[in-house]
Amino acid sequence: MSPVLITFYFLAAFTLATAFLTIYSKNPIHSAIYLVLCMVSIMGHYLLLNAQFVAIVQLIVYAGAIMVLMLFTIMLMNLNKEDEVHKPRITRLGAIVVFILMSIVLITIFINSKTIMGEYDSTGEDFQSIKVLGKVLLNEYMVPFEFASILLLVAMIGTVLLTKKEKDQK
Amino acid sequence: MIENILNIIGIENYIFLTVLLFCIGVFGVLYRRNAIIVFMSIEIMLNAVNLLFVAFSTYHQDAEGQVFVFFSMAVAAAEVAVGLAILVSVFRNLGSIDIDNLKNLKG
Repeated sequence: MSPVLITFYFLAAFTLATAFLTIYSKNPIHSAIYLVLCMVSIMGHYLLLNAQFVAIVQLIVYAGAIMVLMLFTIMLMNLNKEDEVHKPRITRLGAIVVFILMSIVLITIFINSKTIMGEYDSTGEDFQSIKVLGKVLLNEYMVPFEFASILLLVAMIGTVLLTKKEKDQK
Repeated sequence: MIENILNIIGIENYIFLTVLLFCIGVFGVLYRRNAIIVFMSIEIMLNAVNLLFVAFSTYHQDAEGQVFVFFSMAVAAAEVAVGLAILVSVFRNLGSIDIDNLKNLKG
């Protein structure tokens, strides 16, 4: 086995284990910490695929900003305790059945779509360095890029409006 | 630099990984009652799809998959901000974020 394959298997096992522990652990703080580890291991996958820009953005946006936001919310609501009641047993059993069936169906679909995917051809051409990505993003995808900034602005205003304390209107 | 990484690893391995990750996310949404954990499960699902996008972007030697991942990350950031704001106001009104308590619409 080549070292690349061993790295991939290690990263994949780490990703799946931390994702599962995110859902399984009772304490929300532990869940958030496991989710940070999951995001960082997905950044490892991006680095393995040589997608530098996406890897850095993953680290900054997901593992940094989003998880800090979640941790702050957990601490704001004082949820750092393990008193969650389980769902009824039939619902949990249904969740497990959905997990198994959905995995089988999705894997079957993807494996049988090999003919549509086409062949992998490695031309050695540079297509994913930050230089090329910046050109694609700011030439072809200029308008969606501006819309993304408007979306973030609207989300910011909406967040402030939602969390603002309402004054008593009597 | 490794140019032909998908020859070594194989796109099938990435498909298995992302499908399992996505299904773990679905499982979390159905299994837990804490709304914050449900949000985290949604993040796991989004990440699984992003990873598959990047894998296929390498498979087809095309940068547009990664541009789409960039947009999907922007949408995810906005979604988390608004969602957590809604959760904070739900917590202020009900005193808990157990999703089984949100029955005011009789759904």
